[in-house]
Order: sequence, then C-alpha cells, then structure tokens
Amino acid sequence: MGAKYFGAAVRRREDPRFLRGEGRYLDDVKVAGLLHAAFLRAPYAHAAIRAIRTERARSAPGVVAVFTFADLETWMKPLPLFGAPPPGLAAAIAFEIRQAPQFALCRDRARYVGEIVAMVVADSRARAEDAAEAIEVDWEPLPVATDMRQAAEAGAPLVHEAWGTNVGVAFTHAIGNVEAAFAGADVVMSETFHIQRYVGMPLESRGAVAVWDRRDGALTTWNSTQVSHFVQQGLASALGLPHHKVRVIAPDLGGGFGTKASGYPEDHLVPIAAIVLGRPVKWVEDRREHMMSAAHARHQIHAISLAARRDGTILGLRDRIWLDLGAYNVWGIVLPYNTVAHLIGPHRIRNMRVDVQAVTTHKTPNAPYRGAGRPETVFAMDRAVDRLARELKIDPAEIRRRNYIRADELPYDFGMPYRDGNPLVYDSGDFPAALEAALKAADYDEFRRGQAALRARGVYRGIGISGYVEGTAIGPFEGATVKVDLGGRVLVATGAVNSGQGHETSFAQVCADALGVPLEHVTVVGGDTAGVPFGVGTFASRSGVTAGNSIADACHQVRAKLVKAAAALLEAAPGDVDIEDGQAFVRGVPASAVPLARVVQASIPTFAKPGVASPDFEATAYHHVPTVTFASAVHVAQVEVDVGTGHVTLLRYVVAHDCGKVINPLIVDGQVHGGVAQGVGGALYEEMVYDEQGQLLTGSLMDYLVPTAMELPPLETVHLEFPSPRNPLGMKGLGEGGAISPPAAIANAIEDALQPFGVDITATPVSPARLLALIRETA
Amino acid sequence: MKPAPFEYVDPRTVDEALDHLHRHGEEAKVLAGGQSLAPMLNFRLARPAVLVDINRVAGLDGVTETNGALRVGTLVRQRHLERAIDGRFPLLAAGLKLIGHTAIRVRGTVGGSIAHADPAAELPALLACCDGVILTRGRRGERSIAAAEFFVGPLMTALAPDELVVETRWPLPAPGTGWGLHEVARRHGDFALVGAAALVALSDGQVRSARVAVFGCGATPTRAAAAEATLEGRVPTVALIDDAARAAASKLDPHADLHASAEYRRRVARTLMTRALSDAISRASGSAR
Amino acid sequence: MTPRLIRLTVNGRAYTRSVEPRTTLVDFLRDDLDLTGTHVGCEHGVCGACTVLLDGQPVRSCLLFAIQLDGAVVTTVEGLADGERLHPIQEAFREHHGLQCGFCTPGLLLTAKAFLEEHPAPSDGEIREAIAGNLCRCTGYHFIVDAIRAAAGGVRR
Repeated sequence: MGAKYFGAAVRRREDPRFLRGEGRYLDDVKVAGLLHAAFLRAPYAHAAIRAIRTERARSAPGVVAVFTFADLETWMKPLPLFGAPPPGLAAAIAFEIRQAPQFALCRDRARYVGEIVAMVVADSRARAEDAAEAIEVDWEPLPVATDMRQAAEAGAPLVHEAWGTNVGVAFTHAIGNVEAAFAGADVVMSETFHIQRYVGMPLESRGAVAVWDRRDGALTTWNSTQVSHFVQQGLASALGLPHHKVRVIAPDLGGGFGTKASGYPEDHLVPIAAIVLGRPVKWVEDRREHMMSAAHARHQIHAISLAARRDGTILGLRDRIWLDLGAYNVWGIVLPYNTVAHLIGPHRIRNMRVDVQAVTTHKTPNAPYRGAGRPETVFAMDRAVDRLARELKIDPAEIRRRNYIRADELPYDFGMPYRDGNPLVYDSGDFPAALEAALKAADYDEFRRGQAALRARGVYRGIGISGYVEGTAIGPFEGATVKVDLGGRVLVATGAVNSGQGHETSFAQVCADALGVPLEHVTVVGGDTAGVPFGVGTFASRSGVTAGNSIADACHQVRAKLVKAAAALLEAAPGDVDIEDGQAFVRGVPASAVPLARVVQASIPTFAKPGVASPDFEATAYHHVPTVTFASAVHVAQVEVDVGTGHVTLLRYVVAHDCGKVINPLIVDGQVHGGVAQGVGGALYEEMVYDEQGQLLTGSLMDYLVPTAMELPPLETVHLEFPSPRNPLGMKGLGEGGAISPPAAIANAIEDALQPFGVDITATPVSPARLLALIRETA
Repeated sequence: MKPAPFEYVDPRTVDEALDHLHRHGEEAKVLAGGQSLAPMLNFRLARPAVLVDINRVAGLDGVTETNGALRVGTLVRQRHLERAIDGRFPLLAAGLKLIGHTAIRVRGTVGGSIAHADPAAELPALLACCDGVILTRGRRGERSIAAAEFFVGPLMTALAPDELVVETRWPLPAPGTGWGLHEVARRHGDFALVGAAALVALSDGQVRSARVAVFGCGATPTRAAAAEATLEGRVPTVALIDDAARAAASKLDPHADLHASAEYRRRVARTLMTRALSDAISRASGSAR
Repeated sequence: MTPRLIRLTVNGRAYTRSVEPRTTLVDFLRDDLDLTGTHVGCEHGVCGACTVLLDGQPVRSCLLFAIQLDGAVVTTVEGLADGERLHPIQEAFREHHGLQCGFCTPGLLLTAKAFLEEHPAPSDGEIREAIAGNLCRCTGYHFIVDAIRAAAGGVRR
C-alpha cells in the first residue's frame, strides 16, 4: 500500500457544494410542521426571580407554548460537567475543585446576563420573539462579582452560595527547586500580564432542530455541535432514553473553534420542547444571543517572575495565575491545567512553581477556545522572556537561542504529568530549528539593520517572536467505521465533526491509501451518532490524529477481509493478493485484476452457491491514544506603530511550524492561517467587555471586532516535519496552533517598535487608545 | 433577532411622504438606505409603528452642479456619488470611500447619513467642513439649514419629525484649494474613533481660508474655529499648524466610549488636524506651483 | 403587519409572493424561496455573509426588507454556476483553498464577482479593501485573496 494521497495537496471534496450554496447548515434543516423557539434571557448578571407571568405571552399570536423552569420541572436535569482530573494527574496534584451544575432554565435566580429564563415556541421566529417580550419577570437584583481577583477574595458576592467562595479550581504545583533557582539568580524579572476575554465567534451561530418520533420513542436532533456523541450522551441521560433512540446529527458547521464543543442549555431545551409538544422545533441562535450565551473564553491574569543568569539563561519560573470561569465551572481542571502544562513551552526551565485559582464571576461561562489556555500562558511567558531580554540587553532572538530545548535533548521529560495524567514528555521536534527558520523567513537580521534608520525618520517598526510547544490530539480515542458497499464504494463514518477543516477530503485521503481505492470512491460522514456507536468529537487539535489513525486501523481490517475474499475469488494465496486503485489482483499478474465491486458481489451468497467469503467488509476501530503528541512553532511578527495615534499595522507574519506528518498541505496552510487570524484578533481587536454591573457592553459585531482582510497581512508559513513516534501515521495536531502565539509575538513586536519610549505592554488587545496612553505615559 | 411588527408605506412623492410623516408623527420612521435603521429595527432598538420608505419617491436621486455647488438629492447612494464626483471634490470622494464597505455604500444614501447625524460619520463632518447646506421640506414649506445649525447632538438634528431632508448642497472648493482627511478607526470600514478634515486655500504663501472639521469627538461634527482663526492670514509653518491644532483641540468636548477615552480623542484629534492641515496646505501649495 | 404581494426576479426566475413588512430579504430568500445558500451571520450588516447582488451590485440582504423589492433583480450564490459548470470565481476559490467552513463563501463570491467586473486587474490591496466587508473566521483571508487574484487572471503584486 503506497502513499498515493497522503501528503498530497488534494483539492477539497466538500467545496463544490459550499461554492454552489448547497451546504446544509443547521438553519438549512427544514422539516414539515416546524415550530420556532425564542428565549427570554436574563437582563441582570445576578438577580433572584420573584415571579414570572407568562399569560400575555401564551395568548400572543402564533404562540404554541411558553416554558419556564416550573413548567418543565420534571425534565430539568443538571447539565453535564467536565474536567475531573484523570487518575495520573489526581495522584500528582491536590486539586481543590467545586462544580455546580447549570439547569437549562433558571430556577430561581440568574447568574449571568443571557442565562435562559423562559422558552417560547411559536409558528415563526418573529412571533416567538414578540411573545418573549411579553413575559413579565419580577427581578430582585443581587450584588455581582465581575473582577476575577476581587471575586477570589473573602467577602465577595458569591456566584454559588453553597461553596462559600467563588474559587472553582485551586492548586499549587512545583517542579525542581524554585527557591534555590531564585536565590541563585543574577536577575529576577517580574510583571503582571492580563489576557482579555475573547471568543471563537464562528460566523454561523449555534442552533438545534429536534424531531420526536412518538411511535418509535426516538429523538432525532440536528445540532450545530463539534461533539455530537457528547450531546447524545447528555440527552440520553437527561431524557431517560436508550442511546440508540437518540440520534444527534451535526450538519455542515459554519465554524466551531471550540465554541461549539461545549454543552449548552439549548441542546436539551429544543428536544424537550419537541417531545412535550409532539412537534418538531427549531432554534437558531441570533448574533445577539451568541454574544451573551455562547461560551466565552481566555481571560487570565499572570503575575509571573523569571529568575535568570546575566547571560540570559532562565533558571526558574514563578507564576500566580487567575482564570475567570464566568458563572459556571463547566470544564474543571481543563483550562487551569492546560495553562500550567504549556507555560514552560520550548524553554529549558527545570524549576517552576505555579499557584492557580480559577474563579467564578457573574459573566457568561468560559470554555476552551482554539488554544484553550495556551495563548494565555504563552503570552505571559513570551512577554516575560522579552522583558528579561530587554533588562539584560540581549536580543530577543538570542535569549531564545540560549534557552530553547535542543533537538538532542528530546524526548524531554518535565517530571510532571500532562493534563491526561500521563507523563509530560516532548516526543519530537526541533525548536531551535523552527526559531532559525522563522527568523530567516522573516528577514530578522535585515530588519534589525534597517530598524534604526527608519526610527530616525520617525517610522517605528518592530519585530516580535513567540514560540510554543503544544500538546495536541488529546485521546483517549475516536471512533471510525469503514464499510464497502455492493458497488465497491467506501463509506467512512467517524465521531469527528467537520467544522471546516476538510475532513471529507483528508480522511478520504487516509482511507484511500489504507484501502487501496481511488479517492473518488470514498465518502466521509462525520458527526452522525448513527454512523458509529462511540465517538468523542472535534476539538483540541485531535481529529487528524485520533480519527485519522482509527480510520487507518479500520481500513486495514477491511482490507484484510477484502484480500481474503479476493484470494478466494482469484484462486490465489492471500499473501499474493494486493489491492490498488480499487482493483484486487494477484501480485505480478496484472491481468488478474478485478474491481472491488466484483469481490464484494462474489461474496454474496446466491441460490446457486455460497459467496467466496463472508460479505462482511466492514470494521470499526477505536484507535487508543493514551497521550498527546507535541506540535510546535515559532511565530515572528513585524509591525509599524503610528505614535501619533497608537494605531498598529501588521506588516508581516511568519510561522515556522511542525505538525508531524501532513495529510494535505493545502489544508494545513489554511488551518495555520485561520488560527493566526484569530490570534491577531486577540492581540489587537477582540474583547468581550463587561461593566461593573456585569452588563455585556460588546453586544454586537460592531463592538466585538473580528479582523477583516484589511487588518491581516499575507501570511507566510515554513513547514518542518518531525513525525510523532506516538501514532502509526506519525501525525500531530494542527487546528489550534496558529492561534496560540500571535498575541505574544505582536505585543513583543509593538514593544520592540517602541523601544525608544520604553513602553511596557501588559494587556491585550493593544487598542490604539491603550497604546497611545502608554506612549504618552513614558514620553 | 427579528424586527417588531410595523406597517409599511412607500409613497411616490415628497408630499405623500410628508403626509405620512404628519399623520404618524413620532410613530413613523423614514427608511432611506436603511444601513443604520435596519440594524436598529432588527435589534428592536427602533420600533416604529410605520416605516415610510422613501426609496420610490421621484426626483430625489439627482447629482447636479449649480452655482459652484454639488446638489445631491437625498436618495443618492453613497456609492453613486463616489463615481459622480468625477474629480470635482477630492475631499468628498476620499470621505465617501471611508464609509463602511462597498455593500453599505451601494445602498446607503447621502441624505440618510446626514439625517442620521452620527457624530463619528464622515458625511456630516465633510458637509460642515465645506459650509454645506441641508435642504428640507415639511408641510409648512422648504427650509435651507446650514450644516453648522443642522447637527445639534448625537443622532439629533434640527429636522422636525414631519420634515424630510430632500437635498444636500456641497459648495465646491475653489480651484487651488488643498484638502486633507485623516481618521483612526479600529478596523477598516468602522466608524472613526476620531477624524479630521481640512480645506485650505493659499494666496501669496499665506492662508487665505482654512476650514477644519473634527468628527468622532463629541456630540456633533465640530468646526475647529480656533484652528481656522490661528491660520488665516498667516504663513503656514509646521509650528503654526501645530499651534492651530492645539488651540482647536483644547476647545473640543470629546466623549468616551468602549473603544477610546475622551483624552485619547482630544489628543488624536489634534494629531489628525495637524496631518489634515499639513496635507491640505501641501496640496494647495502643490497646485499653486 | 399588512402583507403585500411582490414580484421580483431571483437568479433569472420570476417569483410572486406575499410578504409581511418585517421580513428581511435574507429571510425571504431562505424561507419563502428556499434559497438557503445566502446565510444569516449577524442581522446587523457587519459580517457580510448575507451579501447578494441587487441589480448587479452587492448589498446586505439582512438590511433590506423584501417588501421594498417589488420589481427588483436579485442574484444569489445559487445563480452563479452555469449548470454543472462552476463560475470561474467559484473554481478559483476551490483551486486556491479560499474556503473552509463555507459559511462566508456565498457572500464573498458575490462581492468578488461585482468587484472583478469593475476592477478586472486588481492589486492585492484593492482586493483586500473590496472584501473587507465580508468577515471570514476560518481562512485569515490569505487564500481568498489568492483566489480572487487568480480569478482575475492575475499574479501577486
């Protein structure tokens, strides 16, 4: 079996339907008799519900039903929670964890603006919205906690009173001897860095359609989710239905980025309404709802200190970290520990102590978003390294050369667990090589040579570097089923959901090679729970590795079955039979070739004779992925700052990255580009802003600033390929990486540009107003 | 996010439109290009009982030049005006290109932008900068209102609820007049955080007339009278331009919002006035040579 | 509230429908004409996903009410390809990986079509400015710019 497709820049097979406007996204799902839902959402960040009056709404035109918590009390089960520490991690670190489940509808109080108070179902969305406005609620506003550090202090208004605190996760973790490292250092650099709340903001919002089949007692729900099997599990347990009676289908997704990997109240409310009413119900999140009720992300504070020798060698690291969870601690240790596991990154630092507090506040709940703790932690680390370089008068490139772990030090064991509880050991890569490749591509030395002359003319240009090492493709598995049909064509079904990454192409490439069939003979379906019994979903840069290897495993099993049947048909020994290009043949005898369709057909029993083999050309595999593979990259940004206005222009952006073996280089480039664009948003534009009362001020895309084509430069990529030894295909995860380093690289570049002013950038996004204030403080 | 219900009328004449406005008073909203109104309807922030769509009113979509002024019908699309200017008013052409994006300008009207009176919008500021005039019609007749009197607050104008803007008049800068326009926006196409426009005419190396308008910096677009007074009759040196901008900036009453502080706006207004004036002066002296 | 009968042409086909005043053009296209290729991204005119051509020019279909469009000629993404043959701009998007999730793609294709008709040999800067009103959250725009340049028969400049 050769690698005919694996590694080739195959044009995407899903594109024609998208280009013709024939994609089928959630809102395109139509069934007869569809009703439409709208929600009344809390207008206060923290308030008790004294009474709800729904009479006017119930009698409004077109209204079929209005549901409050009381109306659906028997259906209201706690929504799923995630993020308990796995055994290996729990054994190593003492976590303090508090989690309180959310209910799909507010019971007696609201804990963030946008939490659902009531559901209206009507014959049109507009009329459902009309009626939602007619619901009257007696609110008693309560004190709010919005600032994560204040919320962590005693006496702060509590989000969950039973806890007696707002701290949802707390732990301390240390490796080496940090006290000795700091005591023996020539220099200690300390700074506090703030990473704002910013979000995935897929262009397609969330949504669900549910159809209840009363006769069969079966629910079918389409959900714009990245994790259809998780949604299925949640529904089966909440509704008390067998799993096989709950079919969750993720249709075409208009982006996900982690925002659609969380569990949501609406996942349950729409099916419940469909069951209660016995009629199909649709809800499509509008953009205003999305801003306040789809998961938010990021939002950390790092009070970090580096201890170093005068030559720039970093000896130790201390970091006190706060994370803002929003109103519910849905994800447990996931974000806090991701943050810790990625803090050191490519640097050779053997002594570290972190003190972490993840704090609930009266804001929209946070969830992992493309990078999930890594952009934040890399921002703190790479900003600190630059600050150290400045203090020691060492070039930012040079200080990294002195501290990056060398390729000959790999596998590199941190002596601490990864988030999955297994040892944190870098498997492969070459971080110094990535650094040099990125610097070369960005013309670093040439840039430095020209920088002073430009400055003399009043042109402030800067260059910034950031590097990361990312645990990708978290396990433990993904499901894949491969079937060959009567015509010899192949269906691949997987739990991995395609939200734009090109699964239908890259997974077909894996399958076509592993099975020996033309790419055109393969159809890939993701995210339909009917297609494969167990699955996980697409997030955490995992699908290429987890689903890719499961598909390859399943194909190998199916191939063995085909070879056995073909051998019987061709009257040859199985060891002499090969399959290529959809034909089975006796090796060395081209004339023996028969299409796979014939092999399948010859295996079907007829009245005259049994088949040549059992016509079972199907296999399901769950490739076990115990721990992650480590992808890595170095990003270099060039910026120009208008010191009169604080406006930053991104001139160039270079990424040198390693994601192991590549299935499709075109898709890989696209993933890197898209990640970078979101990172640029985080660096310069995007922020979810709340006022002190917990009111969301960024309620539209007029205020939440997604970058346009004018804000982004051409994106330059350099590919390094260090296969992972941890899976047969040698792959590493890719999806998130691009988004990790831009905030750090760009902030470093801005500080570099403004060196004559000595500006200290400690927060993102670096808006013109913030930057000009810094320039003027120091000028 | 669907609009609250409303009735819809689409009059064919100005008088018919005025009748609707008179009859429904504050309950009515005029729909022109809809690029600002439709989002407010969709958000249910605007909830008119009646939408008076003037897009089919005849005679409001012409661009003509009379007595040294461009007369722009209220329904002229911003995109259309961009093309119709044809080099006659480079400042206005440059300003039009900064409004939103092509798809916004294809539909957005000149009169709609003026009547909407967003203090951060380009067209109100440019109309103020060139001493333009707004022609309105109500049931009591026509009024011609100077831009300086028309804009009275954020999204507030001298227009009565039953009046329509029917035309804006843009005096063409005299030949040899230099222009400058600078703004800072968070992203391309966003409303300006702050911006400044300038028209400067020179004679014998001295400033014969200077007109400067600042936008995104307070409740209305503002003429920078202090800058104009500082410059007029003097030889425009770098130091003088700086003095002029500083003097004008100290008189501004900027607002703060999510994206910028008042202090930022004042400071950057000064920077942008300096830049706009410098461009205008260098263009004026370039054309004088 | 009071519905009205409108007649309009979409992708060369004449339609007569009764519409409520508050129905936006995009909802009308999607729900009444079942042309679901035009996508709803924000309903406040920022994202550009709902861009269609009205009399050949790009407009936000979330900021227009169907009731306004009696007599109008509208082109949506479904009107771009010639039967089985993709439009050259669609081909270029495919060739250059100018789309990922595909949600912004219809709006971008129509914006690009109108743009290229007026600017047959655009610079990269002009392309970027032309599509700045269409948000894409997946691609970082790099390959979209490549695709539009290629559709114009151009090389990077």
